[in-house]
Amino acid sequence: MSKSPDPSTFELQQQALVRARGSLLDTADLGDRQLDRAMGALLKPGVDWGDLYFSEYSSESWVLEDGIVKTASHDRGRGMSARAVSGEKSGFAYSDDLDPATLLRAADTAGAIARGGGRRQIELRRAGASRRLYAAGDPGEGYSDESKVDLLHALDREARGADTRVRQVIASLSIARNLMLVCSSDGRLAADDRPLVRLGVTVLLEQNGEVRHGVSGWGGRLPLADLVAGDTAGEHAREAVRQAVVNLDARPAPAGEEVVVLGPGWPGVLLHEAVGHGLEGDFNRKGVSAFAGRIGEAVATEQCTVVDDGSMPGRRGSLEIDDEGTPTGRTILIENGVLAGYMQDRLNAGLMGVKPTGNGRRESYAHLPMPRMTNTFMMPGPHDPEEIIRSVKKGVYAKNFGGGQVDITSGKFVFSASEAYRIEDGKLGAPLRDATLIGDGPTVLTRVSMVGSDLALDPGVGVCGKDGQSVPVGVGLPTIRVDGITVGGTA
Amino acid sequence: MSPNELSERVADALSCARKRGASQAEASASNNTGLTLRVRMREVETLESHQDHSLGVTVYRGKRRGSASTSDLSAGAVRETVDKALSLARFAAKDKYAGLADAERLATEFPDLDLYHPWDLDAEQAMELALECEAAALDADPRIGNSEGAGVDTGESSFAYGNSHGFLRSGRSSNHSVSCVVLSEQDGQMERDYDFSVARAPEELTPVKKVGESAAERTIKRLGARKIRSTRAPVLFSPRVARSLIGHFCAAVSGRALYNRASFLLDSLDKPVFADCVNLAERPHIPRGLASRAYDGEGVATADRELVCGGVVKGYFLGSYSARKLGMATTGNAGGAHNLLLESTGQSYEELLAEMDEGLVVTEMMGQGANTVTGDYSRGAAGYWVRGGAIAHAAHEITVAGNLKEMFRNIAAIGSDVDRRGGIYTGSILIQDLSIAGA
Repeated sequence: MSKSPDPSTFELQQQALVRARGSLLDTADLGDRQLDRAMGALLKPGVDWGDLYFSEYSSESWVLEDGIVKTASHDRGRGMSARAVSGEKSGFAYSDDLDPATLLRAADTAGAIARGGGRRQIELRRAGASRRLYAAGDPGEGYSDESKVDLLHALDREARGADTRVRQVIASLSIARNLMLVCSSDGRLAADDRPLVRLGVTVLLEQNGEVRHGVSGWGGRLPLADLVAGDTAGEHAREAVRQAVVNLDARPAPAGEEVVVLGPGWPGVLLHEAVGHGLEGDFNRKGVSAFAGRIGEAVATEQCTVVDDGSMPGRRGSLEIDDEGTPTGRTILIENGVLAGYMQDRLNAGLMGVKPTGNGRRESYAHLPMPRMTNTFMMPGPHDPEEIIRSVKKGVYAKNFGGGQVDITSGKFVFSASEAYRIEDGKLGAPLRDATLIGDGPTVLTRVSMVGSDLALDPGVGVCGKDGQSVPVGVGLPTIRVDGITVGGTA
Repeated sequence: MSPNELSERVADALSCARKRGASQAEASASNNTGLTLRVRMREVETLESHQDHSLGVTVYRGKRRGSASTSDLSAGAVRETVDKALSLARFAAKDKYAGLADAERLATEFPDLDLYHPWDLDAEQAMELALECEAAALDADPRIGNSEGAGVDTGESSFAYGNSHGFLRSGRSSNHSVSCVVLSEQDGQMERDYDFSVARAPEELTPVKKVGESAAERTIKRLGARKIRSTRAPVLFSPRVARSLIGHFCAAVSGRALYNRASFLLDSLDKPVFADCVNLAERPHIPRGLASRAYDGEGVATADRELVCGGVVKGYFLGSYSARKLGMATTGNAGGAHNLLLESTGQSYEELLAEMDEGLVVTEMMGQGANTVTGDYSRGAAGYWVRGGAIAHAAHEITVAGNLKEMFRNIAAIGSDVDRRGGIYTGSILIQDLSIAGA
């Protein structure tokens, strides 16, 4: 992928770098000479390449319960890590002390992974993304602590005002910022200043002794002020109440294979579990994924094109550069039903002889990077969503989901419907109780018979876990019809 | 950082909070170091060296509460953290239930829990162990052709906790583990499974060769898995997954779920929630226990107690705050449960298969799928179909569903095959009549 350089690009990237160097390196007496010495210690004989990673984070969270803001908390920290790669081997050491001696020791420890070969001279140069995807600096800027409290009270008020049966409202706000800088042995020096904001509201509603809950949340790499513009808070509070009300009347979901229509947006978690993880480069290099060695094969119907795109402005899963300094972009995973590519970090791309795709991510400096998703979604198709529901004689319409999970080797995956309805004769019927759906990743998309025109991305609250590391991600889907998937109900 | 150094930081944070106007304060600090080595396909894959520390402080301005934490333990950073907590407390609302644990509930006796057994393990030794572990799996059967690797982990933690009642304690603990994940393949079907061992002391780890062999055996047993027809049948949850059922109970009787009325077990104290055969106890002082604690996250003394007797609920999991909200006393569970033991009804795993006759053994579960508010339960599963009391074939791409209220009442037996690798000790749990969705 190429983009013509923006005249301000160099300057912007330099700004992020200047900020990161000032905040992470200068305050710790880490200059070019110290970096060079550490790189020397890292690149022991036999080490192919390596990187030094520095980051600093701060986050605050506010929680309202029982109509009052009970607690506010703040967390901050910084640290660095050194990684040395030799073939398929990685040596890794980290510390949350940031000083020249600790850096040198970490580099030395990480470099001890390999033996044999010679040391190289490194010349640092600037690199990085060619555009800004989010505003740098404090995402809570312009919002005083009082106004954060007011915001949570507004969520509480809106939710309680929406229905007299609301018994409890839990509202939360978290604002985080993560400034990272990576210096790699090919001379790349790149930085990224990442804001992340999230709001959530949980409502408990009681009727005749029966309690139901509803949840809504939203967020992204945006200033808080943008996230709460207009009546956004009211919409989410009412949405949580609406879900709780729907759940009051829910009946047992069916047990067995059903035609399932998935609504737009968050149900895209299907893609994340069914195909996303299975298309991460590490699993495919090792041949442990059900998708290994299948590039060029049909894994979906022709209507299905699935992409991972880390370069969408303001999205929760977006990054200007990944945690190895590679600019993010759009990676086509499945094109018109055919498996087109994997998501890669540097290590796995190098071993597989392909280019990194900007998917090398890590939870923090204390974790090794690996191929991870960013924002994963299916491109829209030709069908009107109403037409898709009308086409189903008997089935299930699943509108909202909780989380999911996949066994990438067998390809079996689950995702849990938190709001679903019976479809009978093309019309939505009674709401159904929570049920887990289970399917087979490599074949589920071959059963997608209709793709809607209404692509939507999730509201920005997704978290993905892999090998003990959590990272923020996005998903998206237009309405689709799946001609058979097992619904795990009781009826 | 040693436990003593951490204690000093905690004491500094507390005195700083006092000086700057906090009416009450508590602080905790920890320092962790460790080594992780992973091999894959008989070669070293990663060698990781860990070192991290953090300090957290909670302050009260009367009944207003604020918290802050930092990974920088320098004197200046600790002061800034206290200031941040104090400034946040200004914006929190008055909450009459807020505050430290009552002074008279704080621990005064500190039994030696024997949690610290460092492992003087260098990278070479770790590599040999991991290689031996994976080799045992790879060599176990020709159908084991690929691997996600074997790993050896060793870690040590120092920690300190103090509050403005004058409580200040520190200590250290160790944790070691070995794990192995391999793949089997037959007729184009690939399966993956794992095994592991975890212990406070290195000599208590299962020999690495056994871990590898067991990972291989489990992975081979999954071959030939198929979907089964949707049905209702008894389900035997093997210990590895049975633990999660007890976890759902703990979540439903935890203080916050109860005071928010977000639980399917509201007002369940002294009520028969489980079948008569169920007895669950908490034993916080088991020497070398993985969830052993002499005091909880607020310094409150922990003690042996019975949570379920003959199916009747006898205790909740409360910290001081939720206890005050509920008009009860803290149970010493701020921060969670401390070693839960589910009593076996005496049958071995084989006897339970025979008792079940026809049904499903679940060895792996996927997804969240348990609703603490309603008790609705629906999770992805894999395991074996049992016919005539013996395993007929592996099963996958199915779900197990019901409502936890009914499931708890329908527990028919608890096996003697107790798994102690965690904070919940349980054998297999047999539940009558669950809904299984498949083809």
